Amino acid sequence: MSFGAIAGASGLDVWQTQALSLGMFTGASQFALVGVLGAGGGALAAVLTALLLGARNSLYALSLRPFLTSNAPAPWWQLLVRAQLTIDESTAMAIRYPAGSRRARHAFWSTGVAIFVLWNLGTLIGALGAAALDDPRTLGLDAAVPAGFIALLWPRLRDRSTIALALVSAAVATALVPFLQPGLPVLSAALVALVAERVLARRAA
Amino acid sequence: MIWPAIIIGSLGAYLLKLSGYVIPERVLDNERLRRLTALLPVALLAALVAVQTFSTGTQLQLDARIAGLAAAIVALALRAPFLVVVIVAAITAAVLRATGLAP
Repeated sequence: MSFGAIAGASGLDVWQTQALSLGMFTGASQFALVGVLGAGGGALAAVLTALLLGARNSLYALSLRPFLTSNAPAPWWQLLVRAQLTIDESTAMAIRYPAGSRRARHAFWSTGVAIFVLWNLGTLIGALGAAALDDPRTLGLDAAVPAGFIALLWPRLRDRSTIALALVSAAVATALVPFLQPGLPVLSAALVALVAERVLARRAA
Repeated sequence: MIWPAIIIGSLGAYLLKLSGYVIPERVLDNERLRRLTALLPVALLAALVAVQTFSTGTQLQLDARIAGLAAAIVALALRAPFLVVVIVAAITAAVLRATGLAP
């Protein structure tokens, strides 16, 4: 619901909002895409930010491979559907069960399908609600946008180094706002992550 | 430019998901890539929080959104679910504006 409302407040119509929940179907990337577009960023910056956030789904798929294999090879269409349902929640549920087990496959499919249906229904309700508003600012919907992002960020702040990375990224992006086109300050945080990766690698070595 | 962003973004996000199933394992399975894909969401989400709170377009701007963010953080510390966090932030900002306490 919150995605639908926030997308509506960012200037997307109901169709565009629903297309994102059906086609992109990965929460953080969807929020990022509409957030950057809503802030006046270009399409390229919006897509890049969304895809950098979506890159983790690729590694989820990789770690899910042994969990979802069975003796009989899955038909090709099942693999295509499985890819779309590969998100945080379905991965987290599947890997709680033994690799290759029926229960792991069941957890993946039931979680994936349930979230797909609920997420899309919620999107529709939120988008229709936002479309009925005149000015999203009076209802504080512009404040709902950063709240959505910090709620997505919160569970990822596991230790001191991730908290430090979050603070530095926030500071760098804010400092660049007056000097870059909208959308680019957020993308600059990807460079901060690159530097952080090198720092952590050196520390681990 | 909204539809192209939606279509290309959706296609790209799908291909990223699919690539994890079809690309040879050793290409993706490296320490550096794993670390980086774990760090990217932290950096990008934190930047999005900051930019969406403190700016409008290319201007830094302090308004009711800051109080909304503070309320969201309190809600998260109290383990509120996602929808509650978002609603608390929106209501906080709306009340401050309605009472004229913040722009």
